[in-house]
Amino acid sequence: MGYDLKLKIWRGDSSGGQLVDYTVPVDEGEVVLDAVHHVQAMRSGDLSCRWNCKAGKCGSCSAEINGRPRLMCMTRLSDFDPAEPITITPMRAFPVIKDLVTDVGFNYVKAAEVPAFTPTAEQPQAPFRMAQVDVERSQEFRKCIECFLCQDTCHVVRDHEENKPAFSGPRFFIRYAELDMHPNDALDRKKLVQEERGLGMCNITKCCTEVCPEHIKITDNGIIPMKERVVDVKYDPIRFFRRKPKAETR
Amino acid sequence: MSPAISFAVLSSFVAYATYAAFVNGFYYVKPYISPFYSPCLATVCGGDSHQRIQGANGVPHLGVFGPWWAISPAILILIFPLGFRMTCYYYRRAYYRAFWLSPPACAVAEPHKKYSGETRFPLIMQNIHRYFFYFGLIFNAILTYDAVAAFVESRSPAYGGGHVGLGSFVLLINACLLWAYSLSCHSCRHIVGGRLKHFSKHPLRFKFWGFVTKLNAKHMQLAWASLIFVALTDVYVRLAAAGWLGHGRWI
Repeated sequence: MGYDLKLKIWRGDSSGGQLVDYTVPVDEGEVVLDAVHHVQAMRSGDLSCRWNCKAGKCGSCSAEINGRPRLMCMTRLSDFDPAEPITITPMRAFPVIKDLVTDVGFNYVKAAEVPAFTPTAEQPQAPFRMAQVDVERSQEFRKCIECFLCQDTCHVVRDHEENKPAFSGPRFFIRYAELDMHPNDALDRKKLVQEERGLGMCNITKCCTEVCPEHIKITDNGIIPMKERVVDVKYDPIRFFRRKPKAETR
Repeated sequence: MSPAISFAVLSSFVAYATYAAFVNGFYYVKPYISPFYSPCLATVCGGDSHQRIQGANGVPHLGVFGPWWAISPAILILIFPLGFRMTCYYYRRAYYRAFWLSPPACAVAEPHKKYSGETRFPLIMQNIHRYFFYFGLIFNAILTYDAVAAFVESRSPAYGGGHVGLGSFVLLINACLLWAYSLSCHSCRHIVGGRLKHFSKHPLRFKFWGFVTKLNAKHMQLAWASLIFVALTDVYVRLAAAGWLGHGRWI
């Protein structure tokens, strides 16, 4: 059953903007991104938004829907009261380019800072032979579609722009965790991630896990294990003294 | 769990635990001992006839401190479980949200001008969580002993008749919940297997890790259940020691 949906969409650019009201006809089974497309087609052809796959796999259509960071294509209209307007704003942690499109370049800078996979001397070249149980651990983190909703919701940078240079964010902490748990990786990134990439800034309030559209357990399986690994090398006096030289390869 | 409920439950617990720790009495009624006062480290706990504390007559004590010890013995003990819970990854999330509003909820702006997370003193001390975990295990063993002793008439081997009462089960459930909470801890998960790079080379540790991982998913529920139950256990022993509950013995 179709109905007329009221939308409030943030319109503007880096110099400022405001919420603009739209009413568009929507059909049963549609998602927020469909409604935004109706606005583009019928009301305002110059509304900008990023989108690509419409299947929750490309990570392009990240926005804040009623204040909550979500993918527009994975947010069903049936989750909302048809009588209430839906508010759509761009991701707040990143600078706006136009309307719902933000400049997520911060994340590419942080991605470039991650020291690449460094194979061990025993197995210096691909193909690497790995047991399935070891593969599964990093496969969870590999599900990341880089929608950057976790980066957007993380209060460390969302509320504190000044922390951005020293904080890689949840998306990249799981990248560091993935490499640190990789059996064929020889590089130790633990001190780096704590001292220069801001792992200690995280106060594990788990908002990144809550917004992840891939349901990656970012905090429990990535950040907390990484914090514990950092404790092994930096804050645990007993382990510090009895650590075997080959502990890295265990 | 909303921050308001976290705030209310945690504040009530702290208020009650402070009260219970300072009362310095009504923590033993044969054969039940309150978890807040176990193990009793000072001889004033019960042995000395002219310094007897009401509700603590006959309590087994370790006698590390002599009769000069005047402060409530609970103060010494509570430091460890308190430290374990203060540095627990789940409670950190709960109290950063509920007490410090950092952030009050996801995507809700926090009221602080500056933020350094857990990079500086005092919050950098959160990293010693695993030591409190080790101490917590010692206390779990002691409380398990207390739970078993709650099924025995007297702790002396010469006079070892059976005893079953409501309190026996209260102490038993309390010990089980505390074990479950400790074993589901994130540090425990790391120690048993999480720190490995090769799960495949350590099949036994991988199995333990899998077990702790399953428990770990319930860490929040276990944290609340064990916190509330340990307070209720103290309430039960306190009321029983004050004589409000009658005999409470079934067998």
